[in-house]
Amino acid sequence: MSPANETALRRSGVNSQDLVARLRVGDRRSLARAISMVETGGPQARELLAAAYPYAGNAHVVGITGPPGAGKSTLVTALALEWRSRGVTVGVVAVDPTSPFTGGAVLGDRIRMQALGGDPGVFIRSMASRGRLGGLARATADAVAMLDAAGFQVVLIETVGAGQGEVDIARAAHTTLVVEVPGMGDDVQSIKAGVLEIADVFVVNKADREGADKTVRQLRAMLHLADRQPGEWEPPVLTAVATTSTGSAAIVDAATRHLAYLRETGLADARARHAAERELAAAVQELALERLRGQAWHDLVARIASRERDPYGSAEELFNALFHG
Amino acid sequence: MERKIRVLVAKPGLDGHDRGAKVIARALRDAGMEVIYTGLQQTPQMIVEAALQEDVDVIGLSILSGAHMTLLPKVTQLLKEQQMDDVLVVAGGIISDADAAILKAQHGIAEVFGPGASTQDIVRFIQDHVSVSRE
Repeated sequence: MSPANETALRRSGVNSQDLVARLRVGDRRSLARAISMVETGGPQARELLAAAYPYAGNAHVVGITGPPGAGKSTLVTALALEWRSRGVTVGVVAVDPTSPFTGGAVLGDRIRMQALGGDPGVFIRSMASRGRLGGLARATADAVAMLDAAGFQVVLIETVGAGQGEVDIARAAHTTLVVEVPGMGDDVQSIKAGVLEIADVFVVNKADREGADKTVRQLRAMLHLADRQPGEWEPPVLTAVATTSTGSAAIVDAATRHLAYLRETGLADARARHAAERELAAAVQELALERLRGQAWHDLVARIASRERDPYGSAEELFNALFHG
Repeated sequence: MERKIRVLVAKPGLDGHDRGAKVIARALRDAGMEVIYTGLQQTPQMIVEAALQEDVDVIGLSILSGAHMTLLPKVTQLLKEQQMDDVLVVAGGIISDADAAILKAQHGIAEVFGPGASTQDIVRFIQDHVSVSRE
């Protein structure tokens, strides 16, 4: 157990079961502490995730991604307010990049989320993107699980859309909103970025700006080129001016429709199975690595590096020792 | 895995000067910390609520308006009510030595950094005191 984790437990003075029981009755400090613990990873995190697991799986998880400056945080705020006006509670996980040079991060998404302050039906957590055990997708999924177990009905995950990590997050969400803004380049940009494949709903934000119509037209044209089966979900292209909450209602409607579509077509179950398989694989991998990383591991690493051994035979040797040793 | 030190940098009250807060946020980031920056014009309630949700180890309050003797004790008072008095609270800005002494002695402010304080000193103070409170 890492020292920080031990402290986290002692500071709260409870075990995983108690912590989950407390976050389930709305104790926000326990929820905050639980998210820290799952972020840190390790045996304590697993115990906590296991205790929370029966209570999660109810939230509508919505990923929101797009280029820096597209207005994601502002849109998240506008959407959260819209959901709140419908009596739905909202958790937010806002991811910002970690500096690759220092490992530190400035997480500034809360600046644009002031309007959500003071509402017990909202919980916002900022997260740095790098240096997470098992990767970013894993860390966000674990944080989402805690918010889900705490009873938040919609959980929004905000990420900068620029790479595999974001695609993985999208895969963990039920519904992915891709935010575009006018004037970000021609329609070829959206083909190469790979965002067409992950978007369930497109939002052209800052739609009061020149060129918004063109961006909408281009996105629709690209979408029409896609091969779709009859009855298959076709991502709507919606417009928004997030600073004035314009368009929020239509976006929330579309996200809600998308969830209903997933449920009616059985895709929700299929996705849940895929997610379950990924979670199991990740848990097995983490556990295996934890058990195998001993002296023999480090000896083998040195011998593989000097080409004395190969990684494949070495892996088998380690596994055989684990199961038969 | 070692958890990074998490710091909330906030500007309580009405002054709109956040250059200092941003310099500090940047320096703490460069020291490997995760800095949650909340922006201007925060009430003590907003600051404590954000600190709670973000589960921070440290709150850094930047204040230039002169209202520090009202707002800073309010923050630490609210922290106490939330049983969050294990969170390290430091302040920066235009705060007289006499006020700083009272804030430290009576109101749970761990340290006050005035104009001319080096970012290195601030980083070191946080690193030293967080590791102590975590042990």
